[in-house]
Amino acid sequence: MTKVTMTVNGKSVSAEAEGRTLLVNYLREGLGLTGTHVGCDTSQCGACVVHVDGKAVKSCTVFAVDVAGSDVRTIEGMANADGSLGVVQQAFQDHHGLQCGFCTPGMVMSSAALLAENPRPTEAEIRHYLEGNICRCTGYHNIVKAVLAASGQDAGAMAAE
Amino acid sequence: MPKDTGIGASTKRREDVRFLTGRGVYTDDLSLFGQAHAVMVRSSVAHGRIVSIDTAAAESMPGVLAVFTGEDFKDVGGNPAGWLINSRDGTPMREPKRPVLAHGKVRHVGDAYAAVIAETYAQAKDAAQVLADATVIEELPAIVDMRAAVADASNRVHDEIPDNLCFDWGWIEDNRAAVDAAMKAAPHVVTLELTNNRLVPNAMEPRASIGEYFPGTGDYKLTTTSQNPHLTRLLVCAFVMGIPENKLQVVAPDVGGGFGSKIYHYGEEALVLAAAKRLGRPVRWTAERTESFLSDAHGRDHVTKIELGCTKEGDILAIRTETLANVGAYLSNFSTATPTFLHGTLMAGPYKVPHVYVNVKTVFTNTAPVDAYRGAGRPEATYSIERVIDKMCRELGLDPFEVRRRNLLTPDQFPYTTPVGLVYDTGNYQATLDKAVELADVAGFEARRAESAKRGKLRGMGLSTWIEACGIAPSHLVGVLGSRVGLYDAATVRVNATGTISVMTGAHSHGQGHETVFPQIVAEKLGIPETSVEIVHGDTAKIPFGMGSYGSRSLAVAGSAMDRALDKIIAKGKKIAAHMLEAAEGDITFADGKFSVAGTDKAKSFGEIAFSAYVPHNYPLETLEPGLEETAFYDPANFTYPAGAYICEVEVDAETGKVDVVAFTAADDFGNVMNPLIVEGQVHGGVGQGIGQALCENTSYDENGQLLTGSYMDYAMPRADDVPFYTVDHSCATPCTHNPLGVKGCGEAGAIGSPPAVVNAVIDALHSGGHTHVTHIDMPVSPNRVWQAINA
Repeated sequence: MTKVTMTVNGKSVSAEAEGRTLLVNYLREGLGLTGTHVGCDTSQCGACVVHVDGKAVKSCTVFAVDVAGSDVRTIEGMANADGSLGVVQQAFQDHHGLQCGFCTPGMVMSSAALLAENPRPTEAEIRHYLEGNICRCTGYHNIVKAVLAASGQDAGAMAAE
Repeated sequence: MPKDTGIGASTKRREDVRFLTGRGVYTDDLSLFGQAHAVMVRSSVAHGRIVSIDTAAAESMPGVLAVFTGEDFKDVGGNPAGWLINSRDGTPMREPKRPVLAHGKVRHVGDAYAAVIAETYAQAKDAAQVLADATVIEELPAIVDMRAAVADASNRVHDEIPDNLCFDWGWIEDNRAAVDAAMKAAPHVVTLELTNNRLVPNAMEPRASIGEYFPGTGDYKLTTTSQNPHLTRLLVCAFVMGIPENKLQVVAPDVGGGFGSKIYHYGEEALVLAAAKRLGRPVRWTAERTESFLSDAHGRDHVTKIELGCTKEGDILAIRTETLANVGAYLSNFSTATPTFLHGTLMAGPYKVPHVYVNVKTVFTNTAPVDAYRGAGRPEATYSIERVIDKMCRELGLDPFEVRRRNLLTPDQFPYTTPVGLVYDTGNYQATLDKAVELADVAGFEARRAESAKRGKLRGMGLSTWIEACGIAPSHLVGVLGSRVGLYDAATVRVNATGTISVMTGAHSHGQGHETVFPQIVAEKLGIPETSVEIVHGDTAKIPFGMGSYGSRSLAVAGSAMDRALDKIIAKGKKIAAHMLEAAEGDITFADGKFSVAGTDKAKSFGEIAFSAYVPHNYPLETLEPGLEETAFYDPANFTYPAGAYICEVEVDAETGKVDVVAFTAADDFGNVMNPLIVEGQVHGGVGQGIGQALCENTSYDENGQLLTGSYMDYAMPRADDVPFYTVDHSCATPCTHNPLGVKGCGEAGAIGSPPAVVNAVIDALHSGGHTHVTHIDMPVSPNRVWQAINA
């Protein structure tokens, strides 16, 4: 076990980790940040997506020791400073982009990363980008709408009701 | 102007805030002081005799606290099937009980025969591998294919069941001769053999359970991923572990989707309880996704031959089906109801069909158990009917829209008794069909087809008009049909002294949004803000005995119970108000949150009445108990019958066989809608799963019983770029006639109605391209299968 230090949601944190400890387990068990979820064991589902130095990363594919010193952002760090929902989070609530909530943290983190790269994505670009995030509840309709809305586009006009 | 609060408002979900900020609490998120970790040891062969398990090496591994094998549970009960089904000859089904851990034999890949408990998950996992290596299993020939299972009596999943048959069921057996005669006399008979592909439910949260034991009181606590904590408690206590029900608390906290797979009791739940007691520490277990694929109850897996007798004009005269339904290696709790009473009773669809007979043989195989998955039996019935009707139209050169319209029941025929034992209470199937035709712009289809052709694509349109029976269900009826439980639900409405309200409901929300919708109903009824109402669910220590959420029953059954409890609250409030206002009880009216004396301006607010009930200084104590809390149990008089019309448009690339769903329209009748935002979301999700079944999902075992699709690398889940935006509508509502809210249930609709619409569209596309030899392609209509069909 070694002590691994990094910045998570703007705060410097440390916790013990084995060499084989994945970033997702470091966050969940080491830091108690259980908002990041584990939905599979093959890096397919995307429930564990976090940002590492600004890039969307599946935290189940990264060893904690490998990102020591990095700047990590999780779903717990996505709200505004006053505690209100951030733009992407609010769009997901407004457009019912979540049901059971389990894939949601990963969806929000991936969507935020997409919008950082591409502020006005098309529907097709959104669907392509979110291919690595599986949702079983929504049929993706309201997720795509939420991302369109978060980018300032008229989701209602683009998505049939 | 849409409402902004109460019934019918698209209130945004309050539960979203915690889920969007990472503050949901799912079972695996809990961390308990002193907790130990369980890892299951699972069979790597489909069928084998356990010769020996040497636990010594595993027990000496670092951190290992205990090892359990089937021996530890051979004296406790087994996990039962919830429905007793009789065969056509009256004999009861064969019913092997499932042990907590396999004992003597392993019967499918992933069948757990041991468990290791250790200080850390990694230590338990390491020791589980050592234990697996120290186990000798004599491999037996695997029974995988259903036809082979019933044909070869020499090889048995369960030694005591000679033909691998659970039952041979006929519905309705007394009608068989008449159906046979009608089929023989029919001017035209259409025959179709089809497979309803086996699916893995794949709730995104894997199953997880935490057991606790409190030696000071002898109490147990099970925190688990369940859709129905009371049902789980009943199964654990009364059937498996022999724990008195009052000594076990079952909590299902935030649950990340269920779709049926979390209805059932699984052996891991019993294991963590037994281990917690033995070790005196909390014991937790969480499935890896691979374990979910191997050990969650799967869905569908029917092989069906359907025959349809009709006139040359397409009037349906008779339907007859023969189905082999896979139950896997063990009977999961609803596994015997799903292919029978949730399937055969729907085989008349929404049509006037004079004669229907359904035969289902349910077969044991060396595969994971198969049970209810979103829709459960009704998607299988709908798929068979809607595909054979489409085939009829092609054989006779008829218009599938016109033929369905002519065969649909008409509004004046309700209540309508079907030839398969149901009484449809109300509906307007022509209206939903007309609405779907309008919204899908069927009139413009040929122009779109021509445009697709310019891009080298074959465009097709498919229709499905579907019905289901849900809001499960009247207890007296399901009792006659073999259910071993009642299917009522319950609610307690607790008015707090300051006028806020806590509703304890037997329904369980694992994505459905009860925390938002149920308060809308309370607010509407009591004239108070939605934010004054809190929903409590998922904890047997807090809620009345309820049966949980599945079968689109939450609102129709548990919501109705809540409505009844609210009626009792209002009735008691009137008594209190009459005393306070010095009026006769009969003169008190309740509206807009006020108890008033009719014809006067004398009134007391709901809050004043609540306060008086708890501070009863001016109160009729001699005739009325203080307090304001009421419980109601509600047992529905009938199923509810949502119905609708779905239209799918696809583009097929004939060069590659690739199918794209380019448009999907769903026009549904759900009765009264409490929250349109949530109802539409339920349809989106169901349609997404239905498109998944039709296009890409399939569970594949090889001839040795090895699961070939055991991860998301192999099992094709629908992704965001596999589906289009959907057009959904629920405006053609005929309220349910027998529940107080007039609601029908919307959770399963999308998954029931959509697969045949997709496949019908693919066949239509191929015919438009001249590939008229293709009469059927089994799901999933993958590029490979479509290409093979085109080039056959």
